[in-house]
Amino acid sequence: MASTLETIYTLWLREITKFLKSRARILGTGGQPLIWLAIVGVGFGSAFALAGGISYITFMAPGIIGMTILFSSVFAGVNVIWDRQFGFLKEILVAPVSRAAIVLGKIAGSATVSVISGLIIFIVVVIFGVIPFSSLTVLGVAATILMMVLVSTVFISLGLIIASYINNIEGFQVIINFLILPLFFLSGALFPLTDAPLWMKALSDIDPLRYAVDGMRGALIGVHSFPLYLDFGIVLAIAVALILIADLAFRNIQGK
Amino acid sequence: MSGPKEIYSITVDNLVKRFGSFTAVDNVSFKVKEGEIFGLLGPNGAGKTTTISILSTILNLTSGSASINGLDVMKSKDAVRKQIGIVFQDPSLDDDLTGRQNLDLHARLYGVKGSIKKEKIDSVLKLVELQDKADINVKNYSGGMKRRLEIARGFIHNPKVLFLDEPTIGLDPQTRRKIWDYISHLNKEEKITIILTTHYMEEADALCDRIAIIDHGKIIKLDTSERLKDSLGGDIIRIGTSRQKELLALLKRSKFILSAKNYESSIEVTARNGSEAIPKIIDIAKKAGIVVDYTTLKRPTLEDVFISLTGKDIRDEGASDVDQLKRSSMMYRGRR
Repeated sequence: MASTLETIYTLWLREITKFLKSRARILGTGGQPLIWLAIVGVGFGSAFALAGGISYITFMAPGIIGMTILFSSVFAGVNVIWDRQFGFLKEILVAPVSRAAIVLGKIAGSATVSVISGLIIFIVVVIFGVIPFSSLTVLGVAATILMMVLVSTVFISLGLIIASYINNIEGFQVIINFLILPLFFLSGALFPLTDAPLWMKALSDIDPLRYAVDGMRGALIGVHSFPLYLDFGIVLAIAVALILIADLAFRNIQGK
Repeated sequence: MSGPKEIYSITVDNLVKRFGSFTAVDNVSFKVKEGEIFGLLGPNGAGKTTTISILSTILNLTSGSASINGLDVMKSKDAVRKQIGIVFQDPSLDDDLTGRQNLDLHARLYGVKGSIKKEKIDSVLKLVELQDKADINVKNYSGGMKRRLEIARGFIHNPKVLFLDEPTIGLDPQTRRKIWDYISHLNKEEKITIILTTHYMEEADALCDRIAIIDHGKIIKLDTSERLKDSLGGDIIRIGTSRQKELLALLKRSKFILSAKNYESSIEVTARNGSEAIPKIIDIAKKAGIVVDYTTLKRPTLEDVFISLTGKDIRDEGASDVDQLKRSSMMYRGRR
């Protein structure tokens, strides 16, 4: 019988192997956020001026990293549904390994893929000078990577929870599309929420991506609305809570 | 039957599984002896797959109990999982990985490590003759190759009991025979107890030591193939002769003939053992000076048994829903 760590490693290895095999997926994950950055960033940048002398596109860059992670993470749930419909999930469920290890392995594999996508965007924005190299610190970059890990864990767990209850792709996509845009727009990725109406602020307060984007923005360009320990603490707490829920939800999955 | 006490690999007691108001498995009990190939034969929707899913711990039962080598399938799931291997009815491979990668992943999940892992993977690939195709992606495999890979995967971790759910569904006759050979090999050489479900009569007949005929969630009859066929009242012998009535009268008096009937161009009799009965019949005819022109012998098939027990033909099936979904999703993925 494989130990918990071996199981996590095995499932992690599967995700990585599949990711590396799919060149389209690697290109695709990087492409969309960069289009956002180029079009929305440059387009809006010519219309807005932000306080504090930061260009709009620089302000937006950490938000786009957050978006990349959000998009690639929730779709980990899609893979679970594919696995279920293609029968592969049964191969895993019938193995003598703990259900928690299955959930953790899935999270570890998908989080690695998400963080790699986030890092690709990060490197590109630094190369193009969107985030000036001079503003980077080792601690800031390390904190950003940590936040990428935490926030991808949040959204992968969320995807796994939804996928435990929904077993068709269409249903899953309806729910995800319904969640993903509010999560993104209310995160402050595209615009500061300081002058937003109260209802919008209230909604954004419960958006995990808001704290992630704020934390990364603070770590990378020194602009943030919450203390950084609060940003990291909140995302960490949500991540832990969602892992536990995902574990419970996964235990209920049965083969037919 | 005789000899030392039987050891049972699988014990199922009053097993019930309900989905809402539908009873998929209805109070089923049976025991599978260690080392035998046991068949669950029945039409689609009879409850075979549901039974297998419960025995392999991926579905919870409603009531009753089941155990594998004395381990309860509800209480000791992990211990049961270690003892079993399973080939599901629908493919359960990762199409994006190669054959070898699929086997490697399986070995790791079952704690098969290092040089033993490599040896084992090579040896199972050799057995199912997939060494040459081991390093191409499974999505490029044919249906038969996928099935062979799944069977190979099922016993990589040396299970004591192997479940095969419709192992040859949708395969061509040649591949089917190959897979029967592998199954026999695993049973005889590797000493694995095998429980398989099938709706192919000839498969159950060719492979299984004992067969449980299952319909609407219930076991209607459980016995060896031979005895199931015998239960129909023996073999059917047709005799052609120009003096039908005289021979018929003689045969009706013979003890080994179970029944005899006169038809327009031949006599039809039934006997417990047809191949032994034919020489006796010819002998009787000879003594009376009657010339027998021809005899034909028909053994009842499992199909006949099934029809007589359930009053219907076993239904054949096409591609399952999952296969269809798979095809359409591949098209969908291809477009993107």
